[in-house]
Amino acid sequence: MTTQRPLTVQKTRIDELIDADHSLTRLVYAYIACAAIWLVFGTLVGEYLGLKFVWPDFGVEPWLSFGRLRPVHTNVVLWGWASLGMIGLALWVVPRTCQRALHSTRLAWISLLLLNAAVLAGVICLASGVNNGGGEYREFIWPVMGTFALGIILLAYNVYRTIAARATEEIYISNWYILGALLWTIVLVVVGYLPWYQNGLGDTVIQGYYMHMGVGMWFTPMVLGLTYYFLPKLLNKPIYSYSLGVLAFWTQMVFYSMIGAHHFVFSPIPWWLQTVAIVFSVGMLVPVVAGTGNFLLTMRGSWSTIARSYSLPFILGGVLFYFFASTQGTFEAFRSLNRVWHFTNFTVAHAHLTVYGFVVFLIWGGVYGLLPRITGREPPQLAVGAHFWLALVGVLVYGFALMIGGTLQGQSWIAQAPFIDSVTLMAPYWTGRAVGGTLMFLSHLIFAYNVWKMRPGEATAPSPAVAAFQAEAA
Amino acid sequence: MRLDFHKNHRLLFGVIFFGFIGLSLIIAIGPAIWVNDNNTPLPTSQPLTAQEQAGLGVYVGEGCLYCHTQQVRPLPEDSPYGRPSVPGDYARLRWLDVWREPPMILGTERTGPDLSNVANRQPSATWQYLHLYQPRSVVPGSVMPSFPWLFTVEANPAPGAVIVPVPAQYAPAAGKVVATPRAQALVAYLLSLKQPPLTAGGATAPAAAAAPAAGGAGPDGAAVYGNYCVSCHQNNGEGLKGAFPPLKGDPVVTAQDPTTHIHTVLFGLQGKKINGAEYAAVMPPWSATLSDAQIAAVVNHERTSWGNSAPTVTAADVAAVRKQGADAGEDHE
Repeated sequence: MTTQRPLTVQKTRIDELIDADHSLTRLVYAYIACAAIWLVFGTLVGEYLGLKFVWPDFGVEPWLSFGRLRPVHTNVVLWGWASLGMIGLALWVVPRTCQRALHSTRLAWISLLLLNAAVLAGVICLASGVNNGGGEYREFIWPVMGTFALGIILLAYNVYRTIAARATEEIYISNWYILGALLWTIVLVVVGYLPWYQNGLGDTVIQGYYMHMGVGMWFTPMVLGLTYYFLPKLLNKPIYSYSLGVLAFWTQMVFYSMIGAHHFVFSPIPWWLQTVAIVFSVGMLVPVVAGTGNFLLTMRGSWSTIARSYSLPFILGGVLFYFFASTQGTFEAFRSLNRVWHFTNFTVAHAHLTVYGFVVFLIWGGVYGLLPRITGREPPQLAVGAHFWLALVGVLVYGFALMIGGTLQGQSWIAQAPFIDSVTLMAPYWTGRAVGGTLMFLSHLIFAYNVWKMRPGEATAPSPAVAAFQAEAA
Repeated sequence: MRLDFHKNHRLLFGVIFFGFIGLSLIIAIGPAIWVNDNNTPLPTSQPLTAQEQAGLGVYVGEGCLYCHTQQVRPLPEDSPYGRPSVPGDYARLRWLDVWREPPMILGTERTGPDLSNVANRQPSATWQYLHLYQPRSVVPGSVMPSFPWLFTVEANPAPGAVIVPVPAQYAPAAGKVVATPRAQALVAYLLSLKQPPLTAGGATAPAAAAAPAAGGAGPDGAAVYGNYCVSCHQNNGEGLKGAFPPLKGDPVVTAQDPTTHIHTVLFGLQGKKINGAEYAAVMPPWSATLSDAQIAAVVNHERTSWGNSAPTVTAADVAAVRKQGADAGEDHE
């Protein structure tokens, strides 16, 4: 029987220890451990930047200044934390669903080295004031981003060879998304960094494409692919509709590609390009509704399983954020609402609700769903619960503070009040953001601790918890 | 050929890869080439000097563009920043060097105001240096970072050094604050940010700004003051000792005859002693930016605030002074 706890409900322990290939376990764990380190570093920087809005003269060294550290924060959490975390999980999912060993573990270690080296070099460049040009997520200069791209190219090759050698006849939908994301990101980086068409306003056209697709064709499909594996696996039931997953996949590829220019509504880039982007931003609802509907219908009837699990609540949270934050993005593209929200802190709220609420929660669901099953070590349940609630409450406080503040900013501009009014009115909302950000950062420290607790142990011995479970089952 | 995407990995990933390249050509590369080919710099614009170009490098490296846009939208609320931006405004942007792309100066966020036209709005180099050294010395509510590493503190600055008149509250305990070459380059770049007129010979007309506010109440003097005057003369009208003169109790602002007051707002002021004090900063002319009604509103705001109580003026009074021209001005006391 479970022990009685006054404050928390006992969650189920893992019920299977996957008979893992230990070389793959070590590889996957290395990716996730590196990711966790980047998460703590990147969000420590973010936390510090949030405090600067409350105390602008806090830290005046050049490498501690807002203008240099803002790109450090965004690039580290995107290219360091989220990318390595997703790839780590994908390196488990692809061989598993293909029923074949990974084509080359060694090559995947080389990729990890390249990706880490690129992010580290990028941080040093940005903190020294070497910024590619200030286009968001394109701030690493080309030798640095080239190193990152090389890591991705090797991964794409590795994953492709694994899929090509699969023992199943069909290619499982997760692999469509995962390899698709790798291939799209290669195209994206090449298009974003080739010089010939990027003078003058051409650079802005490419920036809209790049910054949107960096999210829409890398993070989104990657975590969706992972969720198409982890959700049915953890619920122990098939996905509601395979066809809906395929529909979402193709509409994702066609519709998301078209909407980059909605980051430059009312700008001097061609008006028709902005209109195309706005129209397809509505079209984006098709893959979003198909994807979330598919996941929620898979969960239907299994709510008690989700409540008893410590990984599935993260996935439920991620799916709900996917729906709400993507829909929010569609509305932000409309000219009428863009007029109010563009340039304001509302955009910052949206960026966090999508990348953090959606992408990061799904990564956490995958990490807590996978690591204990391959290493045989469970994290302390209380610590996972604290992680979940601090992160969830934190991102909601963060998001609502900046959504409300951003709306007031936009209204202040429309009323043509003096500009400084839109700065001073933000004070309580920036404080709210700092509070939410602090909760989020605390949850990351707990996550890092949990990742440490889930580290691979001796090659053969399962953890006492798993051994006890196995003894009980036997 | 069978479209068995779910079984044929070559077909599936071939379509995914080359399909996306095709979509990228349509939506990104094609339009980028098109805007490059169809836009040239405005005939009235000037290329950046070497110093201004170096300043643009500082602007990017210090991340100014994360909080300041350089794109004026065709929306009424953007009119204080100038005319709507056109593609030609950006046609001179090139790679900064072999490592760095053309900078994304359009920006995506406005934590601080748009800078497309900042040199017209805020042409005083003194103000720019003070604002970079310690933004809160000139804009108390600002959350902009300070950039003290663009300055040095020297006990005996060399002749010709650019000395910044930092107010005592923010000044170092000893020595003078001197702008480094990087600060000078950045300020040179900022002071190059003037929207050129769209047609040669045409001035940026204040016509749009002249439109009366809803209800026919006329422009709000406090709002005009907040947009154009407050950064130097401050909310309390007391200016900044040693840098910008006070308006509170100033003999010109409180004079019965408003002509000199209107003239100063219209045509600016430079190098004149004000109440016995010398000021290095330049008062910019507002005749090209503000309409007669806006100038009347802001003059009246100044004449009736902070304990000032002087006779007010009308747009017609402003029009009369404007008609006389800049040279008809009277000397400051």
